[in-house]
Amino acid sequence: MSVIIRARDITKTFGREIKAVDGLSFTVEEGQVYGFLGQNGAGKSTTIRMLLTLITPGSGDIEIFGMNLPRNRKTILRRTGAIIERPDLYKYLTALENLRIFAKMSGLNLTDKVLMEHLAKIGLADRAHSKVKTYSQGMKQRLGIAAALVHNPDLIILDEPTNGLDPQGIADVRKLILHLSKDLKKTLLVSSHLLGEMEMIADSMLIIDKGKKIVEGPTAELLNPEKILVEIVTDNKEKAIAVLRTTKWSGSLSDATNGNIMVELHKANIPDLNGELVSNGVRIFSLRPKHSLEDYFLSVTKH
Amino acid sequence: MQLLRIELYKIFKRPRTFIAFGVITAIILLVQVAMKFGGEEYVGLVMSGLSGTFDAPAGQVLNGYFVCFIILNLLLIHVPILVALIAGDMISGEANMGTLRLLLTKPVSRVQLLLVKFFAAASYTLILLIWVAILSLLVSIWLFGTNELFVARGLEVNILSSSDILWRYIAAFGFAAVALITVASLAFMFSTFSDNSIGPIVACVSVIIVFTILTQLQIPFYDETVKPWLFTTHMLGWKGFFYVKGEQGVTIDGSIENSSAILKSGLILLCNTFVFLAVAIWHFNRKNILS
Repeated sequence: MSVIIRARDITKTFGREIKAVDGLSFTVEEGQVYGFLGQNGAGKSTTIRMLLTLITPGSGDIEIFGMNLPRNRKTILRRTGAIIERPDLYKYLTALENLRIFAKMSGLNLTDKVLMEHLAKIGLADRAHSKVKTYSQGMKQRLGIAAALVHNPDLIILDEPTNGLDPQGIADVRKLILHLSKDLKKTLLVSSHLLGEMEMIADSMLIIDKGKKIVEGPTAELLNPEKILVEIVTDNKEKAIAVLRTTKWSGSLSDATNGNIMVELHKANIPDLNGELVSNGVRIFSLRPKHSLEDYFLSVTKH
Repeated sequence: MQLLRIELYKIFKRPRTFIAFGVITAIILLVQVAMKFGGEEYVGLVMSGLSGTFDAPAGQVLNGYFVCFIILNLLLIHVPILVALIAGDMISGEANMGTLRLLLTKPVSRVQLLLVKFFAAASYTLILLIWVAILSLLVSIWLFGTNELFVARGLEVNILSSSDILWRYIAAFGFAAVALITVASLAFMFSTFSDNSIGPIVACVSVIIVFTILTQLQIPFYDETVKPWLFTTHMLGWKGFFYVKGEQGVTIDGSIENSSAILKSGLILLCNTFVFLAVAIWHFNRKNILS
């Protein structure tokens, strides 16, 4: 599979102190639904805006479709569709007029018949001539998705696409994402803080916190019940880390943001881990396994 | 052209666009009605200051050309505010609505988008001015007929023969278009700095007020250093087309008293426009779109 997005060490600082994205690297492969997870303010939207050239990275580089982004902006954007945060459209225009404008902005002169087919696909054909200001949030979201897809892009970037939707709306968006990926073979990067949703749709995931990558990998692997993350609670963190550095788990050590230590290992190895630490004089108060993605996510991003 | 059509479509689909047309129509009609029913009294009042040096029947002075001249004197000071309402909203309005980020994810360069939006604002300005011309000139001619135009300049009066006026109005409206596009470019420049519509409009109007005060201050230091470059100094340059050369008290048809001053004013207005547009492009190209 070819790489569609390759971000290398991208950084963005606002003002002098606010580091929104800090040395982030990741790759999105063709045909994937790539989940981009993080709490509010973690740097998801800033990263997505950098992928769409709305924000210029302070450092690092981005390649999309194998091309350097700033140098091939137009070519890349011609093959990319996106929704960023809220699906804001021209409220004083109808759905059909909005869709016509965004098609033309993408260089397409689609007939009203074709545009109506697009609206029919998202269930808005009967409201095609209503002004968008009369639409519900869910309808606006669907229209926003139609505007992002009207030029049949290969890469679709959806920033929090289920924000403000009711359960039925969320289910509809999920169905649409899976349809785009499985049936139409599109590549999707979807950001969200709804972890349950991501578990259901994403092939791979990236979790970021404070602009930094926490973990990246296939969803199945991250959710592998055999391979779990264990949080070690001890009164001597430094000593515990020093001991763990001499063991086979040194490569899977990570720092939880709450100050505790995280180790990734197979469930069967938990007693060995415990034995190793205790025999080296580290007092263990608890070893907490984190099974679900939600637990995992919270454990690595807890402040 | 396709992008320009889209921008004009968006402008003329917004109800607020027609506020300016409504305001202008109301003002012009009010002046015309007032002139229809009390014009001769008004002319008598204006001419009273010239009594002794000049004498003409009010009926001769009051005609379509004269009414248009009065309307332009009134309007061309206030139309800039109406122009700023739209031009100041071109970028900031999109940012405020949240549609700017969507536009910039389309395969259109920022410079291209900015220029298209600027030309759309300039087109709107021209359309507004054409509307002013139709109402103030053509409707006034229809209501009051044509005759010689009496242009008062202090204690002096220029009398222009009726066959020598129409081209002057066409030239004056052309000049006014350049001046109003300068105002549009200023509001447009402020529009790239803001994510709400009110800020750029207020900023533009504030600059016009400050510059106008500077223009009117009679201080030698400003006369030589600042005033010559301010666009407000040159905005009323259209009047120059109605100041004519004369020989032994008789005006010369087709003449302009100081054509080089009009040309200079026009060029300074164009320079201001380019500077404002260049700043807008420079800033917008580097701007992080966070709205």
